Amino acid sequence: MERGNNQEYAITAEKLTKTFGAFTAVDQISFTVSRGEIFGFLGANGAGKTTAMRMLCGLSKPSSGSASVAGYDVSHQPEAIKKNIGYMSQKFSLYEDLTVMENITFYAGIYGLSNQEIRDKSASLLQELKMEHEKKKLVKSLPLGWKQKLSFSIAIIHAPKVVFLDEPTGGVDPLTRREFWEMIYASARKGTTIFVTTHYMDEAEYCDRVSIMVDGSIAALGTPSALKQQFSAPTMNDVFLQLARNATRQAD
Amino acid sequence: MQRIEASRYFDIEEQLSGADQADAAFKRGLIKLVVVIPENFGENIKHQNKVQVQIIADASDPNTGTTLTNYIQAITGDFQSDLNEGKKLPYTIIPEVRMLYNPQLKGAYNFVPGVMAMVLMLVCTLMTSIAIVREKETGTMEVLLVSPLQPVLVILAKSTPYLLLSAINIASILLLSVFVLGLPIAGSIVLLVLLSLLFTVTSLSLGMLISSITASQQTAMLISLMGLFLPTLMLSGFMFPIENMPPPLQFMSNLVPAKWYYYIVKAVMIKGVGLSIIWKEVLVLLVMTIAYLTLSIKKYNIRLATT
Repeated sequence: MERGNNQEYAITAEKLTKTFGAFTAVDQISFTVSRGEIFGFLGANGAGKTTAMRMLCGLSKPSSGSASVAGYDVSHQPEAIKKNIGYMSQKFSLYEDLTVMENITFYAGIYGLSNQEIRDKSASLLQELKMEHEKKKLVKSLPLGWKQKLSFSIAIIHAPKVVFLDEPTGGVDPLTRREFWEMIYASARKGTTIFVTTHYMDEAEYCDRVSIMVDGSIAALGTPSALKQQFSAPTMNDVFLQLARNATRQAD
Repeated sequence: MQRIEASRYFDIEEQLSGADQADAAFKRGLIKLVVVIPENFGENIKHQNKVQVQIIADASDPNTGTTLTNYIQAITGDFQSDLNEGKKLPYTIIPEVRMLYNPQLKGAYNFVPGVMAMVLMLVCTLMTSIAIVREKETGTMEVLLVSPLQPVLVILAKSTPYLLLSAINIASILLLSVFVLGLPIAGSIVLLVLLSLLFTVTSLSLGMLISSITASQQTAMLISLMGLFLPTLMLSGFMFPIENMPPPLQFMSNLVPAKWYYYIVKAVMIKGVGLSIIWKEVLVLLVMTIAYLTLSIKKYNIRLATT
């Protein structure tokens, strides 16, 4: 594989491994994600999802193996990766004591957007979210669903090539989740690659392809329909349960 | 002289032979008190029946200064009455007391440096650690780390407001002490401010260290308060003279950055000494700062690599 310059794939992982002392958190995972794809990254708690994601974001160095994101190598070019990805963590991560507009300006500023760009982007962003009237409100006064949608919009404000979503819809009502996924689709249609972890199996069905991690390695990978066929299960939920039951690792 | 030595309150450091030597010894902090005995002490007392001795005490710590001079006066009084036993014409020894650096025995001489150490420690260490840990708690730290911002830049940005705040604090405390409390600054103001900024950076890096080993604001606050605030209060020499502490506590006091800073401020502000005399203390602070910074950066990197 040609390192670093693969334009066809947004993410490639090749025997990516992370060990902490004697414990192997992520064990030789290999996969590729095409550009504009919505890639679901599933696994029980403690299966190694977050560790794998942190390596792909350049936050944590792989112990062995290699991976590239947006054409850059995670071990050697983490700074270049950081410029080209968006990230939304499972914890809500906007500044609650700042207003909606201040949050947008701050994060856009971090990613080096010019003042003009920030003005244009925030106007269209607020319009899409129908939040023009709330732009001067403190973020903590917003309902959770709105915060999550705002959080996602801000994560993609600098038009990243790849966006990582770590359990973005935890605690959100089904209707807002639905709207949230429509936003994800819209942004994937524009060519952004989406890498999403989730616990909701119905959300797994929305993904183009899904991988299921068990005990640090990838136990299954394919389109939701292919996986259901492979495990002869009616829903993704059953696929997941079949695999997760065999796990030896304790959930944390 | 022997009587002074014999009393268990005093150790005679050296016999000085001139005002210059005494001055230098005071500035270096070697001695707390000088008894000036005139050259012809024996002659005078026999012929004139009276003689003057001068007691010069380092009153930059007014309590210690007063206590010491009282002891010496008691000892000379004893000496005088012993000499006079069975004599018709009594000998008189007139002690003349001079309080060096702080002639009016003002408390401000003691507490201004102490308050400076406390405020800087409190603002920098406590606030910095809480501010950084708060980002960790809300999850925003993670987002900042994923962003193209350099981690070092994030930490620097988090501590800059407190550096500025401390600079304002230093300025206001100094202005207040000069214009309201009437405390003169004997030494160089530039040196005092520079060294205060050094101590600010020490406290900031200590705050970073705390933030890098804690995960919640409460923990950071407890560590800052219990681990720093109390020792600063008790062991810096501000409330209790370090010389009077039992050896284990004296040893521990060396680990408290505020002790060194307190010493430096007193030396520069009240005694008016220069860098040539306090370079050791400054060096200690510098080494502490570098150690804290290295440790916290290391911790920070480990955290990045392993979690």
